[in-house]
Amino acid sequence: MSNKILVKTQLSANVWRMRLDAPLIAKERKAGQFVILRTTCEWAERIPLTIADADPEAGTIDIIFQTVGASTKELSLLNEGEEIADVVGPLGKPTDIKDYSTPGRKGWVVVVGGGIGVAPSHPIAQAFRQAGNRVTAIMGARTKELVIMEDEMRKACNDVIIVTDDGSYGRKGLVTEPLKELCEGEDKPDEVVVAGPPVMMKFASLATKPYGVKTIVSLNSIMIDGTGMCGGCRVTVGGKTKFVCVDGPEFDAHEVDFDNFIKRLSTFKAEEAAHKCRSGLFG
Amino acid sequence: MTAKERMSIPPQEMPQQDPLARARNMEEVALGYTAEMAKKEASRCLNCPAKPCVQGCPVKIDIPAFLAAAAEGDFARALAIIRKNSLLPAVCGRVCPQERQCQKFCTVGKMFKDVAKAVAIGRVERFCADNVQAEAGEKAAPTGKRVAVIGSGPASITCAADCARAGHSVTMYEAFHKPGGVLVYGIPEFRLPKSIVQKEIDGLKDLGVEVVTDFVVGKTRKLADMKKDFDAIFVGTGAGLPKFMDIEGENLIGVFSANEYLTRANLMKAYVEDRAATPYWHGRKVAVLGGGNVAMDAARMALRLGAEEVHLIYRRSEKEMPARVEEVHHAKEEGVVFHTLENAKRILGDDDGRVAAIECLKYQLGEPDSSGRRSPVPIEGSEFVFPVDTVVVAVGSGANPLIASTTPEIETDRKGHVIVDEATRMTTMPGVFAGGDIVLGAATVILAMGEGRAAAEGINQWLAKH
Repeated sequence: MSNKILVKTQLSANVWRMRLDAPLIAKERKAGQFVILRTTCEWAERIPLTIADADPEAGTIDIIFQTVGASTKELSLLNEGEEIADVVGPLGKPTDIKDYSTPGRKGWVVVVGGGIGVAPSHPIAQAFRQAGNRVTAIMGARTKELVIMEDEMRKACNDVIIVTDDGSYGRKGLVTEPLKELCEGEDKPDEVVVAGPPVMMKFASLATKPYGVKTIVSLNSIMIDGTGMCGGCRVTVGGKTKFVCVDGPEFDAHEVDFDNFIKRLSTFKAEEAAHKCRSGLFG
Repeated sequence: MTAKERMSIPPQEMPQQDPLARARNMEEVALGYTAEMAKKEASRCLNCPAKPCVQGCPVKIDIPAFLAAAAEGDFARALAIIRKNSLLPAVCGRVCPQERQCQKFCTVGKMFKDVAKAVAIGRVERFCADNVQAEAGEKAAPTGKRVAVIGSGPASITCAADCARAGHSVTMYEAFHKPGGVLVYGIPEFRLPKSIVQKEIDGLKDLGVEVVTDFVVGKTRKLADMKKDFDAIFVGTGAGLPKFMDIEGENLIGVFSANEYLTRANLMKAYVEDRAATPYWHGRKVAVLGGGNVAMDAARMALRLGAEEVHLIYRRSEKEMPARVEEVHHAKEEGVVFHTLENAKRILGDDDGRVAAIECLKYQLGEPDSSGRRSPVPIEGSEFVFPVDTVVVAVGSGANPLIASTTPEIETDRKGHVIVDEATRMTTMPGVFAGGDIVLGAATVILAMGEGRAAAEGINQWLAKH
């Protein structure tokens, strides 16, 4: 297992895509799963990242990440040909893919990706379409420059709706607006799958709830091992504690306690700010 | 030396770091005997013919024989005797609950009517292991058979070594980036230095065992697929699933499983703040729930991570605590405040969802329960609240479900423990064996090691026929 970086592309100021040599993961992974990686040295932390794409024949997986902290910053400084110390996966349960088609009507699935949340949405869209459904993507970003994987999403989906906060590309607004419109129609989506920033997932979930449209969110919580051992990723779903790493990462959005989930994400805020200063990676 | 002379040798105290100094550093607490002390302590053994100590040892080490060798100063021979039955003496000398095993039955302790005055078998064992270079041991001619060992904790290390010695080609798979299992992520540096674990792993590599990290069997590859490449498989994936108490407030910010709390410090070295990227929680007032070794580790780790107050909350009395006596003693010396016969009822949070206080109930002891210990009974209306900013839950852990949940052929019991044939240690899937905490439930290093050894025997017999 070499974990070599084969291709590195900068998608926007803070967003990177890497193609890694990881044949075992490429072969086993299914839509919805993720990897955990450690960049280089013995002091690196374990960071979970979704698998945006994979090629089982070539033995490669693609990861997309935003530089939000010291570790992702360090990862972004690695170059093609270099190796990532550790890549483990595929972790988490795969997306529950089914064909919703009935005689005379094709199944209809809407995938919603906010920011780099488009990365996990991509294989999910591919899998639902391959299963026989019609797939609509709603891709949201703050501004045009931050829209990622547009070509691939157009290829994977039947329709793509792009929204930007500032209106610099596609429709001006938030993903919740077109999502609500799609749910309002006579013909409602059979399933909506949402991945993106936690607040956006919360509001997307609220948007579909009045229409009773089945909605799944892909959660990205704090975790260490990713195999059910630390419980750091726990989230309250339907009043019960679940582990994102082994019970998820996908859950029924209408059952998730988003407020607790969002608060828990801030657990190490103070520590991470202090580390950013010390690491010297952030000017 | 006469028995009377032996009885007159005072028990050798273990040199240790000053409690207040060590409560703020990660260095090992117990510093180990000198050769002179080890000889003296070993000389306290009466070499009684009934060898009651051996009956108390889960792996039946010939304790009087190794003590006799140590008493003569022949530590190499002493170690060789230990190693006939135990592969991990440096580890077991440190973490075995000797006062409930070998030392419990020691005649010397009985004569003094005090188990604390029994021969300190574990300490002499530790001295031998630390100070003598173990011989690699003999290795049989290659059999051409391939064995996969899943997990790299004590059961797996032992099974891998025994299978490699039998001439099989062994590959060990670990899910984390570093091998050693609970010895690395769970037991803290101050109780078991990681260099000792590394020495055991290096020993395996010298035997020809290939160690593969970052490999989650059941996820990276299904067990059934691995069976195509291996003639036999050992599953030693341990009891890594943290249990919570299912009480209100357990998902507040600042509540951690002991696994997470300790893994951040032990495996990820988060306490080396200048270097480590993994953060740790800076708790000031910490409550630890539980009374086992893991609870002691978490409480003592909290002090080392800078806590001002650490409260250990346990619902039975100190007598029922499952932790090693030495750990309880060390924790008290270091300033951990013990709240026995109390139990958490709920955890209270502030407006930001952070832990603010804990509400406890007082308990009294009732009739013995299924574990043989007197059962704790809550005293109604005894609720009281005190402020904390951190809660660490250390109330046990369950069997790791990853392999069983992805391998329907392997049957488990109601609690998720893998069911094995008692004689061969084979699971319900032919050619797949299991041992350690995944079979026993959270137990001890020495039991896991014994299980790994028994499974290796089962594997060797199976491979002779298949």
